[in-house]
Amino acid sequence: MSPRKLVPIGVFAAFMAAFPWIVAPFESVSHYTDVMVFAGIFCLVTIGLSLLMGFAGQISLAQAAFFGIGAYVSAILTGRFGWNPWAAMPAGAVVCAAVAWIVGVPALRLKGHYLAMATLGFGVIVHIILNEEVEWTGGPSGMVDIPGLSIAGTPLLSETAWYYLVWTFVAAALLFSYHVLHSRVGRALRAIHEEEKAAEAMGVPVASYKVQVFVYSAVLASLAGSLYTHYVTFLTPSSFDLMWSIRFVLMVVVGGMQSLWGALLGTVFLTFVGNEWLQVFADFEVLVYGAILLLVVLWVPQGLVVWMQERLRLRRAADLSRSE
Amino acid sequence: MVGRGRNRCVGRASRVLLWVCALVLLTPVGVLAGGKPYKIGAVFSVTGGASFLGEPEKKTAEMIVEQVNARGGINGHPVQLVLYDDETDATKCNLAVKKLIKRDKVPVIIGPSTSGNSLAVVSVAEAYKVPLISCAASYKIVEPVASRHWVFKVAGSDKHVVGKMYDYMQAKGITKIGIMTVSTGFGASGREELLRLAKDYGITIVADERYGPKDTDLTAQLTKIRQSGAQAVVNWSVGPTAVLAVKGWRDLKMEGIALFQSHGFGSKKYLELCGDAAEGVLLPLARVNVGPLLPEDHPQKKVIMEYIRAYEAKYQEPISSFGGHAWDSMHLALAALQAVGPDRAKIRDFLENTRNFVGQHGIFNFSPQDHNGLSKDDLEMVVVKNGDWALAE
Repeated sequence: MSPRKLVPIGVFAAFMAAFPWIVAPFESVSHYTDVMVFAGIFCLVTIGLSLLMGFAGQISLAQAAFFGIGAYVSAILTGRFGWNPWAAMPAGAVVCAAVAWIVGVPALRLKGHYLAMATLGFGVIVHIILNEEVEWTGGPSGMVDIPGLSIAGTPLLSETAWYYLVWTFVAAALLFSYHVLHSRVGRALRAIHEEEKAAEAMGVPVASYKVQVFVYSAVLASLAGSLYTHYVTFLTPSSFDLMWSIRFVLMVVVGGMQSLWGALLGTVFLTFVGNEWLQVFADFEVLVYGAILLLVVLWVPQGLVVWMQERLRLRRAADLSRSE
Repeated sequence: MVGRGRNRCVGRASRVLLWVCALVLLTPVGVLAGGKPYKIGAVFSVTGGASFLGEPEKKTAEMIVEQVNARGGINGHPVQLVLYDDETDATKCNLAVKKLIKRDKVPVIIGPSTSGNSLAVVSVAEAYKVPLISCAASYKIVEPVASRHWVFKVAGSDKHVVGKMYDYMQAKGITKIGIMTVSTGFGASGREELLRLAKDYGITIVADERYGPKDTDLTAQLTKIRQSGAQAVVNWSVGPTAVLAVKGWRDLKMEGIALFQSHGFGSKKYLELCGDAAEGVLLPLARVNVGPLLPEDHPQKKVIMEYIRAYEAKYQEPISSFGGHAWDSMHLALAALQAVGPDRAKIRDFLENTRNFVGQHGIFNFSPQDHNGLSKDDLEMVVVKNGDWALAE
């Protein structure tokens, strides 16, 4: 990473680190930290999804299912078997990776709409299992009183503590994904996105790379699910249905598929829009939400991040020409 | 160039103005002037899958606040309702409750509307020590009571509904029943209690069928129950499947096997949708649904009839039993505010010690062991007769 690029990232990191302290003194936004905890959890899902969609060019409508598997594995292992949550979390990730691999090998042979259909089908199946396996999942009435998280014997209670934990996970996921993208694998993924046949002809093991990215996105979703479980301490299958898979895809699309920052921005933006900023519209909230999505897709189809970058570039160019 | 520079300035200024407008729009405005208002926080599922619960609850809560403020508030303080819609989404509900606690600093919260959403915020109420009066039914909301110090609920538990139903069956000599339940939280909870309590009443469950909330035909389930030799069939669902069960039962000419519905069938809309097919269907209902049928000297008669009159005059639509939950939780919160003021801990203690509180859904008797305060005696067994409710004998 060049030093010029590091400066804005440093500023961003500092802002994120100071966020709870910035909003705390202002009563009307002091609860934004709570919203950011959920936004961070969703970011983990969408970072993986953006790798899959924006770089490998595969649409998955199963991310909520992996999110759910991670959540339920954590809940069952800690609630029923008394596992330590920190041990249950990787266990959930392993289960998710295995499931994603089994689903991915045949499904990723499909392309375009067919792949979306296959993952959609898988997502629906998982949702039905969560609903019907009452003995294990508590069924539609959900699972209650799941233990919370603690670090070194101190239980994590405050939202601020959760904020730092969740966003540390996000930062790690971002860093790791960034390195993946700027490695051989990343270049291969981009080649697959551009033209699969050409990539294959160049010797890129297309199928194997696609499955690997799919598994990686599932693992991130699973970690997000585990965090969600221990944060809310209650699970119901409706938090992991198809609607949520679609929401995750929307977050990536609105932010911009071609960049990890797009996933981040889109997720935070839509989480705030959906939970906070539209409350004044009361009964019309859903309509306004839909209108915003429509506007973004119609006028900035490349996503908010790319749009902002272009605006910045244009302004810089205009400033340059004026100073001449 | 000067001209262009000024244009740019104007452009900047208007953009800043736009942002300010947006911020103002997005910041909720403080309501009411005069004496410091007592706040009551509310979270209902006004839109989304459970809007049939949240909509009447919201209307009821708003109506009560209007009535109270028209009378001059409580102890000279106007009442302010801070209401959020959770869109029947657990995550959103969780955030809304935190916002009520942290930003709006409410001393007491009523809602959420559904069991799932209530369970998703129980830990929040406990962590922040804020009294929460849920309008949902699941017994898990208030049990185990040791870890539900701050949580109450005003909707009867499914065990009361099942108990009332089984009492009636016992009286009629029914011992073998078939049950059919929908695979949602509502159906699953009903099924649990139907299975758990059967033994206590000497009832054997000879068929246990389940179906999805979006199923369009229940003939298969009903046929199996008919073949199982059941004397009665219990259907536990809300929405279209509750109507399908009645129609299928009639189409299969199963009148010899009595059809019991859950309290979820307690809306006149179902009777319209079922038409003549619903004649003879039995169900336990809270008294708020059958106010006009109650004897004049019944202690709940007066509050129920007053609620019906006010609600129907204001909204030109019939009341629903769900609005009754909002009535009960609102009036409990108001009674607490009147007695002890806006102090979270005192309100909690007041609620826990409330006895003989006459509400829409029964006469509440809370105690440290019981944060629901209702019993099966707060229900009436009702039968559908001439397209309307009638008290069953």
